[in-house]
Order: sequence, then structure tokens, then C-alpha cells
Amino acid sequence: MPLFAQLYNFAHWLTQDRAAAEDLVQETYMKALRGFSSFQQGTNFRAWMYKILRNTFLTTQAGLKAGAYVSLDGDSDDDKPSEPADAETPETVLLARVELETIQNALEKLPVRFREIILLSDLEEMSYQEICETLGIPVGTVMSRLSRARKAMRELLAAKLRGASR
Amino acid sequence: MSCDLWRGKLDAYVDSDASQEELASLEAHLRTCPSCAAEALGSLQMKRMTQAAATARYSPSPHLRLRIEESIQPNRKPVWALPWMRLVVAAAALVLIVASVALWMRYSAREQTLAELLDLHVATMASANPVDVISTDRHTVKPWFQGKLPFTFNLPELQNSSFKLVGGRVMYLKHSAGAQLLFELRNHRLSVFIFQDQPAMIPLAMGATTIREMAFNLETWSEGGLRYVVVGDASAADIHELSELLRVAGRS
Repeated sequence: MPLFAQLYNFAHWLTQDRAAAEDLVQETYMKALRGFSSFQQGTNFRAWMYKILRNTFLTTQAGLKAGAYVSLDGDSDDDKPSEPADAETPETVLLARVELETIQNALEKLPVRFREIILLSDLEEMSYQEICETLGIPVGTVMSRLSRARKAMRELLAAKLRGASR
Repeated sequence: MSCDLWRGKLDAYVDSDASQEELASLEAHLRTCPSCAAEALGSLQMKRMTQAAATARYSPSPHLRLRIEESIQPNRKPVWALPWMRLVVAAAALVLIVASVALWMRYSAREQTLAELLDLHVATMASANPVDVISTDRHTVKPWFQGKLPFTFNLPELQNSSFKLVGGRVMYLKHSAGAQLLFELRNHRLSVFIFQDQPAMIPLAMGATTIREMAFNLETWSEGGLRYVVVGDASAADIHELSELLRVAGRS
């Protein structure tokens, strides 16, 4: 099965639950197999698989909650870039003191739509074009959402570090 | 261009999604701006660390792969598609074919035997000398067959019945000798065939014991190692009456 371990990792990151992640991956493969005829040769297979997984996730209980959160938080995605990160916290200094576990915790705390786009970009190293295929949003939105997500991530880390140093 | 604008492009830079042109101008700026360079470095580091933190953070349990492989396997072959099941099906089909062919052969053998007997009866009716021993007395007719047949039989007492014995002759069916007895009932003539119940007669034992064929009625049964066939143009009830008389005589 192609992408098995990566898809599971991504599913577990999204669901934050082993059983839910297992069901999600299983359903993804079943849907992929059933809908393989709809996969167009020459297009991005990886983006196609992640798209199925992510769309399936959005129909689950946890996914619906995450989706509802998106629509209710009023933070619509427009093409405006986010504010530059707070210049007062030089990340080089900040990151030197950060452990992997802290980053994992921060990722878990991020809203799903921020978590997924960071994972697609940083973990899966997808190009903006692939992310836009996977999430079904325009490239401009990919860039602005990614920027917001990273800002939110840095803020979470900064808060964590401030809390720890106190 | 102000540093704020450059920083808006840093994401594309760390994500390797900037165009060649953008990349060249951004790198030129980073060489001259320590603040933006630090920011870029931080973003790059952040990306690397996020990747390290998230990669293989969760690994699938060994049974999950099996579970999924089972669930996405092409539909399990139906039972009849299993190799051993095919053999069983083939064997069953063969048995069925052989059985039906055997049944059909026996059935056609029965039809053939019945047709022969009917022919014998009809030929007897057409003959000027239908019988070789002419007598209404059963004590004359029965002894006449002595030495002519490898078996003996009893003839019924007809005094209180409407049947009349006419006579008898030796006939052959399937290469074996048998007795043909002629009886009269009013204007009807009935033949009674008696022969040894041998394998060639088995087809007669199959199916109904009373048969109607070409307007003739037949009744057949087996008793004491002998096969009896009564045939004539009389009614089935009359044929049966004569058959009963013969059965009783056969048992005495």
C-alpha cells in the first residue's frame, strides 16, 4: 500500500486518536480503490490520496467539529498576508531552547486547519500547488493560511517558553 | 522595498516555492539585512524542527496494514470458485449427467420392451393361428408348456369370472423364452406374457405398473421370480381384474 505510514501519521495528527486514525486510513484506502477510476493519470497521486483522507476526516465527528470551528471563528482566509511575526522574539534564540516535544504539543494545540497546512508543508514537504490540490483552496489562500498558521505556532511556542522561564 | 514586504516572501523562500527571480532578489536582501536574515534562518529552523517533531510521530500498528489489506482485497471469491469446490461441483455435475443418462436409457429400454410386447400381442391378434395350444382348460394349457420353458406357472380358475382361456404359445423376448397366454373377455382378447424376471426385464419394473399405450392397457408386476404383463384393448379395470386372478393363482 503506497504512502501507508505517512498517511497514518498524518491521520493520527489530524484525529489525535489511534482508533480514529486507523478507521480514517482504512476508509481512505477503500475510497481510493473505489474511486481510482476518477484519479487522472499524470496528476499528483500523493495530493489525491491526502485529499481523500482529509475530506473523509471532515465527515467524521472530530472533523465536523474542526470544520465548525473554522466557520465560527470568523477568521476568514483572505489573500492578505498575516502580520509579520513579532520582531521582539528572535526565533533563533527562541528555537535553541525548544525541544521536539514542545513543538509537538504546540502542533496538537493548533486548530485543525492550521495544523494540517503546516503538516502538509513542513512534514510532507508539499509545494503550494500540491497543498492547493489537497485542500481544494486557491494558492493565495494556501500562502496566507500557512503564514497565519506559522504565526499561531510561534505564538504558542513563545507563550510556552515564557511560561517555562517564569 | 521595506523589510515588512520582504518578510511576506520569507515563507515562499523557506518552502522553496519562490520563483528564481524572487529567490535572487531575496537572497541579495538577506545578505545586507541581518534582521531579515535572522528571521529567515528562524523560519527555516522552525520548518526543520516541525518536520522533525511531526515525522513518524505516530506509526501504524502492525495489524492495521493487515486489516486494510483484507478490507480492500478484491471481493472474496465465491465458495464455488475455490479450487476444491470446483472439483466437487464438476463431480456432482458428472454424477448427475451419468445418472440422468442411465435413467433415460432405462426409460427408453422400458419403452422399447413395452413396444415389443405390444407388437407381439397385436401380431397374435392378426394371426390366423394365434395360439399353439388351443384349450379353455387350464389343466391342458399349463402342461403343454412343460419342457418348452425353463419355468412353470399357475393359471387361474376362471369358472366364476367372465374371462375365458383361449390357449397359449411360446414367445421370445430379449432372447429368452416365455409364455404367451390368450384370454377372452366378451369380444376382447387379452394377452398375458410370463417370463423369468431377469436383468433384461428390469426396465419393466420401473415406473407405473399400469400403462396405457396406443389405446391398449397394460399391467405388469413381478412375483416369485416371474414377470407378468397383461395387455389388451379391454378397459384398465378389466385388465386389472385378470391381473388379480393371475396374482392369486401365482401365490397358490
